[in-house]
Amino acid sequence: MELSKQTLNKIDEVIPKYPEKRSAALMVIHLVQDELGSISDDTCSWIAEKLDLEPINIKELITFYPMLRETPWGKKHVRVCRTLPCALRGSYKTCKILEEKLGVKEGNVREDGEFSIEFMECLADCGEGPVVMVGEKTYENIEGKNADKFARLLASNDLESSKDFISYEDNLSTGAPKVKKTTK
Amino acid sequence: MIKKNMPKERRIILKNADDPKYSNQISCYTDRGGYEMLKKSYKLRPEDICEEVLKSGVRGRGGAGFPAGMKWKFLDRKSGKPIYLICNADESEPGTFKDRQIMYKDPHQLIEGMMIAAYAIQAKQAFIYIRAEFFEGARILENAIKEAKSQKFCGDKILGTSFSCDLIVHRGAGAYICGEETGLIESLEGKRPNPRIKPPYFPAVLGLYQCPTIVNNVETLCNVKHIMEMGGDEFAKIGKPNNTGTRIWCVSGHVNKPGYYEFECGALTLGEMIYDVCGGLLPGRSLKAVIPGGSSSKVLRADERFTGKLKDGTEFDWSIDDIPLDFDGPTSAGSMSGSGGIIVMDDSVDMVEAMANINAFYAHESCGQCTPCREGSLWMKKITNRMCSGGAREEDADLLLSVANQIEGRTICAFGEAASWPTQSFIAKFRDEFEQKAKEGAGKPALELI
Repeated sequence: MELSKQTLNKIDEVIPKYPEKRSAALMVIHLVQDELGSISDDTCSWIAEKLDLEPINIKELITFYPMLRETPWGKKHVRVCRTLPCALRGSYKTCKILEEKLGVKEGNVREDGEFSIEFMECLADCGEGPVVMVGEKTYENIEGKNADKFARLLASNDLESSKDFISYEDNLSTGAPKVKKTTK
Repeated sequence: MIKKNMPKERRIILKNADDPKYSNQISCYTDRGGYEMLKKSYKLRPEDICEEVLKSGVRGRGGAGFPAGMKWKFLDRKSGKPIYLICNADESEPGTFKDRQIMYKDPHQLIEGMMIAAYAIQAKQAFIYIRAEFFEGARILENAIKEAKSQKFCGDKILGTSFSCDLIVHRGAGAYICGEETGLIESLEGKRPNPRIKPPYFPAVLGLYQCPTIVNNVETLCNVKHIMEMGGDEFAKIGKPNNTGTRIWCVSGHVNKPGYYEFECGALTLGEMIYDVCGGLLPGRSLKAVIPGGSSSKVLRADERFTGKLKDGTEFDWSIDDIPLDFDGPTSAGSMSGSGGIIVMDDSVDMVEAMANINAFYAHESCGQCTPCREGSLWMKKITNRMCSGGAREEDADLLLSVANQIEGRTICAFGEAASWPTQSFIAKFRDEFEQKAKEGAGKPALELI
């Protein structure tokens, strides 16, 4: 297992912040997973040693928390909110459209490793559903025709340069006007 | 159509959040009087701050609505162990999206509230436990803490006093159960977030590392700043007795203008919220049901009458539109205001499908520690899924109810109730639709929500 110097430094910075080493487990796992994409058994052992724990103490976290992975997601991981408020606004259809356009079923990684889709539980942005996250960015009101266009842009890697979809996060930093809400 | 005497939003917590000239930088915050209350508070004795918070009557905004001042009072100050403060920023109750607005748009308000609270309870170490899907939110908070530290509003020797309190942003990893305070504590200790049993593990006595710990919601901690600004007595005048301050209501589902709206507690009714504030239902639709406080709260049927006696003895006879939006209103109507997540459903919704959607959530999120919850939530999901796939049976409504009743009250934490209340209330109020499913047989395929 190889980690970059930067990640190793970050790990060494985060552990002593906590009153007890074990508390840093999730933060260390996040740092490692951000770089490697998933946590193998060897990685579990390495993290455990870092925190003076047994490998099982890390393994039990990896197998419990939904965001921790034993196998990596695709290069672009797409999270679609499944829970009721988004579902009432059409998230099941949105998920289907994304599955078709990206060529991968939810819960899976496309063969070439480019895309993966996760139809997951509440993303806490229910007022602007259906909500779709691409990587670390949150896109709102992705339904109907909108979803079609969104999926096409995403599939051709043009989403980020598109002005039609501005993420919640980018809206904050640029102060740009909000994405126009579609009337349903 | 907006009524003339329609109550206006009163933005206290969200005062600056959506101002286009405002950003999450510290200069924006201090330009508008930010951290002045920290300075004021640090000149007081810690117990005086606790007293103001108690007087304010502010109730927890995370879901249970427990008075925050009371929670602080329960803190075991005599144990000699370190005291910890944790901000519960694991916002994940379906229908709730208010804490995100605060943290992304006005993080310093939270930090100021927390540093006042930390001083009041004498916590030398504080944490913000934020859900991991808020990637940017965690970065914004990290940056804000750095800014605050550089100006001595946080960290070592705050404002040059002898009081120090470090603040760590801790990211969860996608588990809803971490919003339960003892589950959160286990998670913060680096373990699986299996909740602890109360008693004896009340966080105020045996919390993080078995030390006295206060866990408060984001909005609650922001309120601490405003309580110090107004004074507890003045704060208590906002809203209604026992329902003080403002609340940020999150409206989702089938309304024209879903969103978050901050109102004084009790300033408006559920009907005014749906029709006046949120622009009513989608064209051609009528109201069918409302879940008033996040998906765990019991569903209300649009044509129900709600009758009974309020705490002060006055009798009420409400339609769904008349229910006051405060803490006690939805509770009087047999549900709860929970985390403030109002989910509106119109007549297009198949209630068995909606039930199946909710059941899938709880089956996924049960931590698995208690058998009734682990097994029951899964069976409820399986039954409602079968019902929606053409396999509904006549006895299903009773079967679901029996499973739900065997979870409620038989689990370590309140997740058991959260998982069973939806089923109990859906069956109580929409039994006809559950029975109709059996008559339809395989005729109607699963549609939109499962």
